Amino acid sequence: MNFDPKLIAQYLPELAAAFATTLWIWLVGCICAAVLGFLVALARRYGGRAVDWLLTAYIEILRGTPFLVQLFLLYFGGPFIGLSLEPVPAGLLGLSIYGSAYFAEVFRAGFEAVPRGHVEAAESVGLSRAQIVRRILVPEMTMLVLPACINLVISLLKDTAILSVITVPELTLILTGIGSKYYAFVESLTLLALFYWGLVELAGRLGALAEWRLQKYRLST
Amino acid sequence: MNDANSGPAISVRALTKRFGETEVLHGIDLDAAQGEVTCLIGPSGSGKSTVLRCMAFLEEATCGLILVGGEPLGFAAGPGDKRTRLPVSQIRKVRSQIGMVFQQFNLWPHMTALGNVSEALKTVRRMPKAQAEARALAELDKVGLANRAGHYPSQLSGGQQQRVAIARALALEPRIMLFDEPTSSLDPELTGEVLAVMRKLAADGMTMIVVTHEIGFAATVANSIFFLDHGRIVLQGEPSEVFKSPRHPRLEQFLDTYIDRGAAMMIR
Repeated sequence: MNFDPKLIAQYLPELAAAFATTLWIWLVGCICAAVLGFLVALARRYGGRAVDWLLTAYIEILRGTPFLVQLFLLYFGGPFIGLSLEPVPAGLLGLSIYGSAYFAEVFRAGFEAVPRGHVEAAESVGLSRAQIVRRILVPEMTMLVLPACINLVISLLKDTAILSVITVPELTLILTGIGSKYYAFVESLTLLALFYWGLVELAGRLGALAEWRLQKYRLST
Repeated sequence: MNDANSGPAISVRALTKRFGETEVLHGIDLDAAQGEVTCLIGPSGSGKSTVLRCMAFLEEATCGLILVGGEPLGFAAGPGDKRTRLPVSQIRKVRSQIGMVFQQFNLWPHMTALGNVSEALKTVRRMPKAQAEARALAELDKVGLANRAGHYPSQLSGGQQQRVAIARALALEPRIMLFDEPTSSLDPELTGEVLAVMRKLAADGMTMIVVTHEIGFAATVANSIFFLDHGRIVLQGEPSEVFKSPRHPRLEQFLDTYIDRGAAMMIR
């Protein structure tokens, strides 16, 4: 079997569009998942026992079931409860909710890793709870949770491939489509793998840069 | 002058503290006078740090009251034998008269020394940034660290970190300073520089309550000493009285553990 570069050139516009779709769904999905996960972690910390219990269930269900199944349930099961979404919004929502459970756990661990004394010091000079979260907890835990967040963001990139099952026109759907059409699976899948790998490398480098820039804040004790 | 200036700076009344089933403080009564240095000494686990943490409202006492300049902290007496929890605004108001220094310094690692000292001035006192930083720099100068203002805690020695922590508490102009084993994480050389700052503060008339293992500091600087053991105050009084011979047997036993370190010299 021979690799035909012309085939790729011919589909360049579609590939560019698919790449853009993957990229924006990944980035927006990560931001939504992180924000939602942060709110979940915050509510668990300060919301009392009932809220903590409910949100623990939320996290356990989302972490305990495959993303593929969650996506099917949202896309095909959604209309039964009046939630009919187009593939792209459904995919974005699914990715955000799924990712939020993992972000919530990362942030919970981050909150817990900030030494209690740092919070007590803030209380003793009169900072309010909101000020403590904003000025002490969030900045301090950023450096602690950064490696775990980078991992999660990389993992979520590869999970966007699953959105192809609900026909989101992202890289996996388009490239496997081209593959089946011309029976050129090696070309299309190799290219697909390279796309993801390139993005993962980029994310990893940016993460390493961020870690390096935050290094000076590290605890001395 | 009003009541706040004539009575004790801080009074602890019949304070008990339970952690779960274990009662660690069994009815502590303690008065600390205005402008004086009060030292709490005693073996590990005697409850001296817990008393101090209750005074800073970092722990909530199980029973009993704490009065700061005559005003109740956290809980007010009544109705009957019960206590009533005070509103958050009231707690914050009373608490703002108290500064706290911790054994582990507890500087915020993502802020410079200047940032640590000016933080509450900016966020709590709503001071403009420039004014807050000028104020913070003056406080750092008092502890001899104006030239380290731009350093992060990780770039400072333990003694310097603790001095920044003292400046951070002083910046808010508290009436009372609480010190929870401020030199216990420091080697002897660094201990000296922190104790020097504390001596100066005492000489300037600050009301200080110090939980410490530095018997020498307690003997030479304190106006009054409380010796705690197993959650009770065993002895209290001026250093000359508490340390005079013949000593209370439990104190004698406790001080014996210091002989190796030469601190016994300080108390004859």
